[in-house]
Order: sequence, then structure tokens, then C-alpha cells
Amino acid sequence: MSEQVKVVTLHGGLIALLLAMNFILPAYHHGNLARIMVLTSYAIGYNILFGYTGLLSLGHALFFAAGLYGMGLSILHFGFSPAPALAAGIAAGVLVSLVAGMLALRTAGVAFMIVTLMFAQAGHLTILLFGTYTRGDEGFVIQPAQRVLAGIDLSDPVNRYLAALVLFSTCLLATLWLVRRPAGRVLVAIRENEQRTRLLGYDAFRYKLAAVVISGTISAAAGATYGLLFGYAGATFATVQYSIFPLLWVLLGGAGTVIGPFLGTLFMFYLIDLTSGITTAYMLIAGVVLVLLTLFAPQGMAGELRRRLWGWLP
Amino acid sequence: MSKLDSPSSRSRRNALKTLAAGAGAAALPIWARQVETQTSAPIRIGFQMHATGIGAAYGRWYQRTSEAAVKQINAAGGINGRKVELVTEDDGTDPKRGAEVVEKFATQLNCDLGFGTLFSHVVIGSAPRAGELKLPYFVVSEGHHVASGMLNRYTLQPGITDVKSQVQSMAPFVAGNLGKKVTMIFPDFAFGHNHRDYFSAALKAQGGEVLEMIAIPPTETSFTKYFAKIPRATEVVYHVMVGPAVLSFVKEMGEFFGPSRPEIFGFIDSLEAVDIHSPGLEFLEGTYFWEGDPRYAQASQTSFDKHYRTAVGVDTNGASVSDPTDVSTYAHMFGCWETLYVIKAGMEAAGYRGHQDRGKLIEAVEAMTTMAQSDQHPQGAKLFNGKTHQVFGPQYISKVTNGKLIVAHTAPIADTLYPDEVDYTKQAF
Amino acid sequence: MEFGPHLMLAVLEGAVTAAVLALMAVGLSLVFGVMRVVNVAHGEFYMLGAVLAWWLASLAGGHAASGFVLALVFAPLMVGAIAIGADVIILRRLDYDPERTIVATIGLLYILQQATLMTYGPEARPVQPPFNTRMALPWLEFSDGGLRLFWPWGLSTTSYKLFVIGAAVMVLLGIRTLMARSRIGLVMRATQLDRDMALAFGIPVERVYALVFGIGAALAALAGVLIVPIRQAHYLMGGDALLLSFIVVIIGGLGSLRGTVAAALLIGMSEGIISVFFSPTLAKIIATLLVAFVLVFRPGGLFGARAR
Repeated sequence: MSEQVKVVTLHGGLIALLLAMNFILPAYHHGNLARIMVLTSYAIGYNILFGYTGLLSLGHALFFAAGLYGMGLSILHFGFSPAPALAAGIAAGVLVSLVAGMLALRTAGVAFMIVTLMFAQAGHLTILLFGTYTRGDEGFVIQPAQRVLAGIDLSDPVNRYLAALVLFSTCLLATLWLVRRPAGRVLVAIRENEQRTRLLGYDAFRYKLAAVVISGTISAAAGATYGLLFGYAGATFATVQYSIFPLLWVLLGGAGTVIGPFLGTLFMFYLIDLTSGITTAYMLIAGVVLVLLTLFAPQGMAGELRRRLWGWLP
Repeated sequence: MSKLDSPSSRSRRNALKTLAAGAGAAALPIWARQVETQTSAPIRIGFQMHATGIGAAYGRWYQRTSEAAVKQINAAGGINGRKVELVTEDDGTDPKRGAEVVEKFATQLNCDLGFGTLFSHVVIGSAPRAGELKLPYFVVSEGHHVASGMLNRYTLQPGITDVKSQVQSMAPFVAGNLGKKVTMIFPDFAFGHNHRDYFSAALKAQGGEVLEMIAIPPTETSFTKYFAKIPRATEVVYHVMVGPAVLSFVKEMGEFFGPSRPEIFGFIDSLEAVDIHSPGLEFLEGTYFWEGDPRYAQASQTSFDKHYRTAVGVDTNGASVSDPTDVSTYAHMFGCWETLYVIKAGMEAAGYRGHQDRGKLIEAVEAMTTMAQSDQHPQGAKLFNGKTHQVFGPQYISKVTNGKLIVAHTAPIADTLYPDEVDYTKQAF
Repeated sequence: MEFGPHLMLAVLEGAVTAAVLALMAVGLSLVFGVMRVVNVAHGEFYMLGAVLAWWLASLAGGHAASGFVLALVFAPLMVGAIAIGADVIILRRLDYDPERTIVATIGLLYILQQATLMTYGPEARPVQPPFNTRMALPWLEFSDGGLRLFWPWGLSTTSYKLFVIGAAVMVLLGIRTLMARSRIGLVMRATQLDRDMALAFGIPVERVYALVFGIGAALAALAGVLIVPIRQAHYLMGGDALLLSFIVVIIGGLGSLRGTVAAALLIGMSEGIISVFFSPTLAKIIATLLVAFVLVFRPGGLFGARAR
């Protein structure tokens, strides 16, 4: 099988499998997977910046929240219907990531981490400051009646699952397309050795900014979709732990692989779910797993797979 | 009302049955088969507990109270002859996880209903899912969100009063006995804003005024700089704080004022799970507190309160009988006890047999009105508003006297009422 | 409260915060500077210091002072030992790779936090300070007869808070002496400057790393012990502290202990002082953005030390 065919089979096969699961899965796992697919999209966005471009951001919750609130506030205050609200969320993501990128990219390494963290903190605090409009940490409900997109009721489990699948597939395929294009390869080059890339004549800043904007926009799209599908927007989603989650998911699944984010999100979700049934100290087990993974499988799941078996994995 | 009756899930169920027939039904695990509730199987109540996160101190006591209530209910024969089983899941005091836990209760753990959530943001994050899954959701939260109409017909709060009614009923006592010029200190999020808005309105109606509103950011750990904003003309300082830093807050308040303090009126939230004899709190002597349920056994203690304390394992000082330094969240946890008894009464009134009767359960609870003070309702008599899904009860004001909280005034239910903001009974299931 | 006394109060409170923050940040800066790793679990060492202080104080039973002294001596040692253990078992095996260390320390964070939750519980528990007298402070005002002292309502501090500031100053001076004058300090500085060279000179770099990690953690724990009579010990208290320490270290400039202390002063004071003028949430936003913009326009930190 040629490499191209293998890639298409794997990724297309995953999407097809998820589609089939819609009909097979029992209600509980069906609901979980819908959530996982939306959160994976968030991780996919994160992966573009971290896994492929090598920039570790600690403030991606800012973008997720931008999408969530862009969508939510336009419904709450302006009575938008879902489709324009989604667009508003994505537009908010583009705007915020552009501004954040222009400022944060003047730094590198650890300073970049701190600056992104600070921006996310400021974003969270701003949501709290304007609590009269955003309803602060309590958040607000987006009623089922407001979540009917072109006649499709998004609070219905099947519709929700399929909408999440649409988002996930779009993000997955977009990433697949991007990383195999020359532009994607430049990003990897920047990650590996920025100085050399610059010496070769590429405008590293422009590429990095593009990466930030693409990454931020995908994260915002995930945020907007999450609010639309699950009916709640709150400041909790802008806190620092929601910036740590995608880092965790991507690292676990395999940074710099297309399929990694999905594996990582799936794994973490069920790890927490299964261990919380055994003990309240499930985060302890998560912590131990994390340590073990970094010790023995640092490339993450898909990364190890690529290293040992399937070298063609994008 | 049947749970899964929409066309899409019916077609999914058909597909499932076909596949099952093809693959061999025996191979499918139990959760894939249609659930048939037998009348001898236990009633499963999904307890959404704040076992970790900022709500963890409350979560622990909520668990103890709930388990005590379930034990009593089972010892008395259960509900409709069926034993009650408490299925506990940790939501980490996080709204996203809360919604996932609600899903777990409804779809995987086969619970009849969900119960026990406290923090407002978790309630608001979780309730929509409960509504979509048609899972009756009994919250013990004190938040005004249920009665405000923000939530859905499946969410009810029949065991604990809400902050609007609490705050409103305090104004007459404060204005009449302590002073008319008040400075308010509250946490800068929704719960605190409720205090700010409702109390200032109620105080104005009593002819008083709020001189200054001091909002403290949620994660603040050092409070002295906020006290500096209290105007000199203040007659009463009104305070309510939540979170792990409450003890610091109260201590620093004492350090700030030193020997010359104005009248102080606080909500016991500032001291829940904290021993009033902690060093640095001596200045609280002579100050007043709202108490949801008086922590110290009063001279007028009812047999109901005595019975309740024994069952939960709390002594006359409101601390654990096995560890006097382990102070309970006495002003809130009674809500779990009373809610569980409301669930029992509702199920019995509705003749609840299984998931198909969830709608009937809700209608039965909506039909409730007065509840007498009793072993089932030790905090006080209650008045339930079926339209707003919110219960109303007496509110206690205590004064710290010789190191104990002694009730100085009980605000009657009439003081705590406010106009309806929603009618959930008009909403379809 | 009038503006002058209010500002003074904010400065005093800020000084206490700055003192504790400086200790924590110096610990982080040492680890950062010498080992070049980001220790996300640093806040948890702070928390452990506070929690162990409570435990040791409760062991001591009655007298607050003896409990506190016990805590002051043993809590940092215990936490340092835990840190050395973590370094040997985990970090060394990762070869101190920056990204893997971040993930591993995130895991360590969860482990420490949850272990504390399981054993110590979710409550915030107080520890008695060894002494704590309230001291009303005077302020100057013009009145008939010229300048006069008076005692504004609410302007006060406590003897313990002053002790915290003093203790932190002494420990920091001690660290500076250690780094500048002692043999251990020399070895640490050598390893920081050039690891390979140090190896070539026969310095046991791995052992130095373990020691540095332990000292860093011990400093954080000490900060926890000092602060716990003022605040309470709670299993989640490490998060905010970590954030602030990070900011301080980066702003002060990597590898510069002096810069770290200066930045701790700046940041510890600024929030308190800005909140005199603005609402607290707004003040926090301003402080946060200020930090971000300092980094954006001066990536080497305020003191321009070489950022690696």
C-alpha cells in the first residue's frame, strides 16, 4: 500500500468508524464521544501551534473562551440564531488570536509561555469584570430553543453527535491537508530550527503568526461548538486548567501527529471517568499515568506508534 | 412520561435491535438492553458530590448528611417498599465535569434522579443536561438560579431556601436593630452579587442606605487592603465570604478594627466548617450572623433537631461527635436531609415505579405546599412554591454570646417571600 | 480611610506578600537557573510546607511557639527530601528535557495535590502564630501646631507580619551568602554557568541538581510555613502561588537572584497598591497585562539578564 493510501485509509477510516459508532454506541458512551470530539478539535487547534510549530502556549483557554462567548453572547444579548452565532464565535477567535499573536510572538520560549498565560488570565478576569453582561463565573444557559440550526435541534443526542463529528472531521482533515503542504513543512522547520529556517529566506514571524491564528481559530470554533451543543457558557472555561488540558491531551496522544489529539483526549477522558468510579483520588492516578508516560513513552501514543511501527504517520 | 421517545432515538433503538439480533443479543452488555425496572430493585439516587475542588469541605458534610438520611429512610422501610441506594460521583466543583456526571447518572449508572449539587456555577452548567436527559435534578444550592427561570422543569430546589429570600429577610432586623448605614463586603462573583443586589434593595425599603460596596476577587487571600475602604460613617459592616480563605478574612477583619469596631452582621458562610473559637476570632463576640440552621443547639432545641444531630453524628456545638475540631457546614447540609425526604414523599405520592414515572414525580413535588417542622424537616416549617420550584423557610439571626451562637431573632417565612419570576409548570416535559 | 494611611496599609500588606513571594521565587529561580527546567509542581512544595507545618504544630500539642519552631525547622527539610526523591526518580531519567519535565511535573503536581487531599482533607486549617500582637500605626497630619501624629482607624499591622518580613530578609541574605561565599554556592554557580565544563572539572552535576532541586523546594516550603499562620493551609493553595512565582522569576530575569528579589518586591507591592486606586478585579487585570507587556517589550526581563 502506498503511503498516501495508508494515510487516507487511517484518517478516513477513523471518521467512518466514528460515524458508524453513532448507531452502535449505547447512550452513555455516545454522549461522551460527542463531547470528546469537540474537545479533540480544541486539542487539534492546540497541536498546530505546539506540535507542529513548536510554540508552547499556556493560554489557549483564551481562544476557546473567545469562541464560546462570541457565540454565547451573540445569542444571549442579540438574539442571533445558531449559524450566525457560530460565525461570530469564530470571528472572535480570529480577532483575539491575531492580537495575541502579534504581541506574544515578540517573545520566545519560556517568556512566550508566560505571556500567553498572562493574556489568558487577563481574559478570564475581563469576563468576570463585565459580569453584568457575561454573567461571570456562574455563566448562562443557552436554551434548547435557541439551539435549532436550520431545523435541526442540536440538543438531540444524534444531531449533537453528528454535529460534533462534522467539526472534528473538518479540523482533522484541515490539519492533514495543512501539514502536508509546503507551508506546513515550514512550520515543522521552524520548530526544528528557527534560525536555519530564517536563513533559508522564510519570514518566520509571518508563518508563526499564521500558526497562532489558525490554531486560535480552530480552538475558538471548538469553543463555540461546545457551547452550542451543550448549552452552557461560563468563565470556568477560561481558567488556567482549560489551558493545561489541551497540552495534556496533545502530549499524551502524540504532539506533531494528526491523530494524536484524538487519542489523547479519548484516553484522558476515559481514564478520569473510569478511575473516578473507583476512587475520589482519580487525579492522582492521572498524575501517575502522566509521569509514567513521560518516562517511558515521551512521544505520546501516536508518536511512539510512528517511531516504532508506522513511520508514514503524518 | 417515557424517557426516550423522540423519532431519532426510536430509529436508533431499532437499528440497535437489528444489530443485536444479528450479532447475538447475549453478547451485548447490560447497558445496551432496554432497562426494565423491577419493583424490588433499589431506587438509585445519583449524588453529585463536590468531593474535590473548592467545594470539597461542603461536599464531605453533604455526603455524611445524605448517607445518614438514606440510612434512616431504609431503616424505616425505604420508599414504596424499595431500598434507596446513593450512587456518588465527584464533579470536582467544575461545571463541565458536572454535566458529564449528570450524563453518567442518566445513561450509564441507571439512576432514577440526580441530587446534591451546591455551587451555583456547577448547577447552571449541569442542569441543562439534566433537562435534556429528562432526569429529575434536585439541587441543594441556595442559588437563586432555579427560581429565576434560568433552568428547566426538571430542576428543583425543595430542601433549601435561596439567597434572595435569605438576604431580603435580613434587612428589617439590620435596619431596625443595628444601623441604617451599611457597608457590604462580598465575593466578586454571582453569589456575592446576589447579596449586593438583593440586600441593597431590601435595605432601601427599610429606609437605610448602603454606603460602600466592596467586592473581593474570588481567589483573594489577603483582605486587609479591602477593609481600608470601609467609610468611617459605617454603622454596620455586612459580610459574606466563601472559599478556603474565610478564616483569614474574618481574622484580618478583627485585626483591622482592633478594639473599636462598628456593628457587624455576617452570613455564617464566612464561618462554615470553621470553629468560632479559632484564635483571632475573639472580636466576633457580640456580632451577628445569619444562620440557615443554628449551629449550636439552642435552649429551645426541638426534638427534631436533636434527632437530626444524632443521626448525622453532630454534637451540640455543631461539630463531629468523633472529632470536636471537625466543624460541620450546619447551615447548608440540612438541605440534603430535607431534599431526600421530599424525594421520598414525592415518590410515594406519585406511586413511582420506574423511569417512566419521572414526570409524575416532578408533578407530585410541584403539588407540595406546606411542610411541617418534623424529623423530616428539622430546620423549620417550609412553604414550597411549585411554580418556581423553590422552597421557603424560616431564617435565623444569631448573636455570638460567650463564644456561642445564640438565636436572637427568627425571620418568619412571610418576610422571605418575593414575587414569582417563572412558572415552570407551564413548560412541557 | 484617608488616602495616605490607606496607601501605607497597602504597602505593609504588600511587603508581607513580597517577602513570601521572594522566598518562593528564589527557590524557583535557582531551579530554573541551574537546571534549566520548569517545575510546575513548585507551588505544591509551598502547599506541602504549609500543610506539614499544620501537622507538626498539631503534634507539638499545646504551645504555639514550640509547634511553630518545629515546623520552621522540619517542614522545609521534609519537603526538600521529597523533592530530591522526585528528582532522582523522575527528572533525572528524563535527562531534564524541558518539555518532558513540564509534563512530568504536571503529573507530580496532581500526585502531590491529591495525596494531600486524601490524607489532610479538603478543609482550610489554621496554624497559630507563635506571637501576634496588633500594633496600631500612627500617621502624620497637619493641625494647629504643625505636624502631629495620630492613629487612624484601622491602620495597623501585627507583630507576626513584621516577623515574616524580617525572617524572609534574613533567609534571602543567607542564600546570597551561600551562593557567593560557600563552596556549595560556588559549585552551583559553576554548574549554572556551564554544565559541560563543570562536568569536565569533576563536579558531580547530577548530585548538584538534586541538591538544587531540594533547596528550591525547601525555600518554597519555608515560604509556606511562614505564611500559614496568616492564611490557612489548604490543598489548593499552591496554584496562585505558582503563578506569581513564575511571573516574578521571568520578570526578574533568569539566573539573577537580585532581579528575582526586586521583581518580587515590585509584584508583591503592585497589586496591593494598584487596588487602592482601582477596583480589585480591574487592578488584577492591569497587573496581569503589565507583566505581559514587560515581557513583550523586554523579553530578557526587567533586569535584562541573559534569557536562555
